[in-house]
Amino acid sequence: MKKMGLWILGLGLVMVVAVSITSVIGKQSVAWTADEIKLIQSLSLRALAPLAQYPSNKYAQDEQAAKLGKRLFFDTRFSKDGTIACATCHVPALGFQDARALGLGASIGTRRTMPIAGTAYSPWLFWDGRKDSQWSQALGPLENPVEHGGARTQYVQLLEKHYKPDYEAIFGVLPDFSDPKRFLSIAGPVEDRAANAAWQGMKEGDRELVTKAFVNMGKAIAAYERQIVLMPSRFDDYVDSLSLANQTNKNLTDLEIAGLRLFIGKANCVQCHNGPLLTNNEFHNTGVPMPASKVKDDGRASAILAVKQDEFNCLSKYSDATSNDCAELRFIQSDTHLLERAFKVPSLRNVASRAPYMHAGQLQTLAEVLQHYSYAPVAPSGHSEIKALHLNVKEREALIAFLTALDAPIIAPE
Amino acid sequence: MIVVVALLIGIFFSLSMESRQAWIGPLMRPMMTLMNPAPKDLNFATNRKTENGLFNVSFTSNPSPTPLNQIHTWTLHVETPDGKLVENAKISVDGGMPQHGHGLPTSPQVTQYLGSGNYRVEGMKFQMNGWWEVKFVINNGNSQDRVVFNLTL
Ligand code: HEC
Ligand code: HEC
Ligand SMILES: [Cu+2]
Repeated sequence: MKKMGLWILGLGLVMVVAVSITSVIGKQSVAWTADEIKLIQSLSLRALAPLAQYPSNKYAQDEQAAKLGKRLFFDTRFSKDGTIACATCHVPALGFQDARALGLGASIGTRRTMPIAGTAYSPWLFWDGRKDSQWSQALGPLENPVEHGGARTQYVQLLEKHYKPDYEAIFGVLPDFSDPKRFLSIAGPVEDRAANAAWQGMKEGDRELVTKAFVNMGKAIAAYERQIVLMPSRFDDYVDSLSLANQTNKNLTDLEIAGLRLFIGKANCVQCHNGPLLTNNEFHNTGVPMPASKVKDDGRASAILAVKQDEFNCLSKYSDATSNDCAELRFIQSDTHLLERAFKVPSLRNVASRAPYMHAGQLQTLAEVLQHYSYAPVAPSGHSEIKALHLNVKEREALIAFLTALDAPIIAPE
Repeated sequence: MIVVVALLIGIFFSLSMESRQAWIGPLMRPMMTLMNPAPKDLNFATNRKTENGLFNVSFTSNPSPTPLNQIHTWTLHVETPDGKLVENAKISVDGGMPQHGHGLPTSPQVTQYLGSGNYRVEGMKFQMNGWWEVKFVINNGNSQDRVVFNLTL
């Protein structure tokens, strides 16, 4: 009995010692290694290269084009019934999105409105990347029946009526679109049957004149979108004063730092949410559930052919790029099987202030997002690339705290 | 005495699951931060013999070091083991991340023979940090061989 008591005493002592040792280690382990610091620095906004040329849009850096683009972005006349502008869904006060699960224009869409800041860096636009430039993207919603819902002859006629001098100062002469016999007021290669028939009935040369002016609208809007920029967050301030020698800066709380440690470590979020925008701008199936509407969406798989055939892609005659500048399109991954239900990785900048989440707003809160990554459900179609992380309550809290530290103002031209 | 020690033990196990994890956590940390380190014995040489020894192959990335998330080109140089240039071979490219079970985000191709045993590989892109394999199958008209390069980003 006495022997047993000694054993237990010994065991108890060992435990006390072990506990005090681990608590010391616990304190020291807050320090980052040189490799970790390098990885953390690669996520800072300071690591973002300044915007360079945009080969497919020679007006991308044009100040006047940006001014015109801004006016077009907010002008509701450019829609079927005169009520929808880009800014209807991309609301400046909400970080250029609309805080809705599904975009709402002429009618309700099937995907969530994406924020705009940072998209000048993305080789692919939309959740499925069916456009390969900002300017060609901008032309999509204008002719989409559930968004602006109009057609291109209508738009170039509005351009002629309200923006002729501004347009001509940038792009040169705007052709005369006022002859109603040559230019029917609602015509374009759109879903609407009458508008489509009207378009097919037009002379090839006239269609070309219309399309060229329409394309320039997109190029002006893109020039404006490039000036919608992200500002440094508390996380970036933290990285600024972080070095191997000095790790005591107070820009992040201990909880946020614990979140960052998980983000680049055990939870490995940085696998896809990497670089200064916290996205690799590629496509992954993460097993996000079907939306309530049960609308099927195979994401990137269907977009590959669409972008290859897009009349406005990088290799098209409306692009200012040479084929050398179109490597992303020329060497596109075309395996639709691999990319079934893969969606573009969203930037995580400002993510905490723009619920709901995912391509159709399936998840309401960041807590639900972390629940998703913890359990990694089976994908509705295709194969999910994520594995269950089994994050505990404290770890989820830490990750959410870290994501919140990525909030920062967005600056756009006055 | 026994009672005191038993109490100590009792206290330890009565701690919530979470705070016990917090005690043990720091010890596991170094393991966690480098999830999936690449196998130790990997050969990261940029100059290698093909699997059956038919060719010596080397690559250079442009830009170098190999960038993340940026489409770029490589130049591949092919010789025979006795130093003869291999000209106008047919070469195909493939690759991926063995630990993640996925391939390349693009479908790169050899687009041009540049002379002097050099080939231009366009459409290279890596969208994640970690261990990548890039495989080339080289066919000089008579025979075919394969080489796998390892790289970490
Ligand atoms: C009805 C609401 C609505 C309107 C109007 C609208 N958008 Fe969008 N926007 C969306 C939705 C929804 C998506 C995602 C759609 C998808 O992936 O299929 C999106 C995606 C985008 C993207 C892609 C961002 C990225 O990261 O890939 C850009 C850029 C954009 N819109 C700009 C515009 C411009 C410019 C206009 C005006 C010409 C416009 N939008 C009009 C709802 C709208
Ligand atoms: C395999 C790549 C991958 C990994 C790893 C990954 N994500 Fe994601 N993440 C995505 C993709 C793709 C989406 C969009 C999915 C969709 O809408 O269908 C996304 C969406 C999100 C969103 C929603 C953003 C929005 O605007 O809707 C958040 C938040 C997020 N991820 C956080 C994380 C965190 C935190 C981790 C680590 C625990 C993580 N991600 C790991 C690819 C990844
Ligand atoms: Cu990977």
